[in-house]
Amino acid sequence: MNEYMLILRHQDGKKIASPEQMQIWMKQTMDWIGSIAAQGKFVEGNGLLFDDSKVVWHQGVVTDGPFGEIKETIGGYMVVKAGSVEEAAEFAKGCPVLQGEGNSVEVRLMAKNDGTH
Amino acid sequence: MQQPELIPHLFRTEYRKIVAVLCKRFGFYEMETAEDIASDTFMLAAQTWGLKGIPPNPVAWLYTVAKNKAKNFLHRQATFSSKVATASAATETPSSIPEYEIDLSPQNINDSQLQMMFAICHPTIAREAQIGLSLRILCGFGIEEIADAFLTNKETINKRLFRAKDKLRSTNIPIELPGSSEIDERLNAVLATIYLLFSEGYYSISNNNTLRKELCFEAMRLCYMLVENKQTNKPPVNALLSLMCFHASRFEARMNENGELILYDEQDTSLWDTDLISKGSYFLNCSATGNQLSKYHIEAAIAYWNTQKNDTREKWESVLQLYNRLLQIEYSPIAALNRTFALSKANGKEEAIIEAEKLQLTSNHFYYTLLGELYTGIDNVKARSHFEQALSLAKTNTDRGVIQRKVNQLTS
Repeated sequence: MNEYMLILRHQDGKKIASPEQMQIWMKQTMDWIGSIAAQGKFVEGNGLLFDDSKVVWHQGVVTDGPFGEIKETIGGYMVVKAGSVEEAAEFAKGCPVLQGEGNSVEVRLMAKNDGTH
Repeated sequence: MQQPELIPHLFRTEYRKIVAVLCKRFGFYEMETAEDIASDTFMLAAQTWGLKGIPPNPVAWLYTVAKNKAKNFLHRQATFSSKVATASAATETPSSIPEYEIDLSPQNINDSQLQMMFAICHPTIAREAQIGLSLRILCGFGIEEIADAFLTNKETINKRLFRAKDKLRSTNIPIELPGSSEIDERLNAVLATIYLLFSEGYYSISNNNTLRKELCFEAMRLCYMLVENKQTNKPPVNALLSLMCFHASRFEARMNENGELILYDEQDTSLWDTDLISKGSYFLNCSATGNQLSKYHIEAAIAYWNTQKNDTREKWESVLQLYNRLLQIEYSPIAALNRTFALSKANGKEEAIIEAEKLQLTSNHFYYTLLGELYTGIDNVKARSHFEQALSLAKTNTDRGVIQRKVNQLTS
């Protein structure tokens, strides 16, 4: 069994959603995580806040927030256990973030630090 | 109270106190001596009280006898070791024999029991052995009762206890409360054992209903001791006590007179113990301090919702979200199944069926029972085949009875 990281990418992090919409997404996200956890495949995960963030560039240039120059922002991540990258991708398909056009979930195999990677 | 029931009653309440104090005083090397002295004390009580009548203060009588026996033991031991020491090394012997006081004050009894609890639940002792030792030393259960609770024989329990005691001695586990840097971690081990003890009673396949109930209340008593002590009165301890109160409140309602399990939906709510429910709420409130969210907090919150019989949307949505969080902290098949049931109530059966089929708990009869229930009314043919699969996997008559009734409801 491998561990994969699902990286949740938003096309436009600045978009403001209504509180009702936020609540619906929140429930969908919790049910999605719960579904993976109910299969015993959840390892860890967290959301990344858009507020209070910086981007540090080459030669020490610092800008506010992940927005501006880059259009895409990372909204959160989750680590899952899966037998194959296909299985991990199946988990990713349920992610509510994908309801937004242009959003994506990147699935990456995590290094095991056991000398093979 | 008359003599015939007085001695067993005192045995249940006082034996464990005497053993804890003496064991703490003597150390684990003389654990058996501590148990023997306590047993001998009760034997003597049975003999003399029958002839001379019950003393005015039976507990004080027991303590005095136990103290004297313990003092004699310590005296003999000191004499022996000083003689051996003199013979072997010819050194000076102490000129005076020290006074061997045994402190059976309520304070020391409490302290000793708590310290024993932490020693017995030390991480190096196997879980099964922790349960056995807890029942014997902390709860004063007889070997036969322990065997009965585990559905095994006395020899097995004796062997298990013997090995566990050996381990306590060889690892030299100190009989003391852990320091503040260690206490949370060690407390976790103690709570795990207490919860297991409770579950053993609550879900046990033993038919002895009285014994099962006693296991549950003993677990609650041990947890309450932790709540009463300043050092151990932590949020997860209150959460666990709350959880056990909520569960225990349904004790009378969850079995019929033939010892068959009555499902939650079919329970007579007038049999629910409202006193325990309000105690559960009280301890749940006490647990809501600090920033630690333990699995006991979540389970207690779920158990709280289970005391609310009304099938509201709010209830099932809350229960679903609690299971979502619980499963992130700790996966268990039963939590996964319960989550899926809550999902069917909150989001509908269709979604729950899809989620249930992902679980693939194919050796678990509860899994097929759940699938059967989800398919009932949607596809009764599938429902029946799942129930039949569940029947073939169920291990006890109680479980088979419950499933069979669901099959019967399908045809009617």
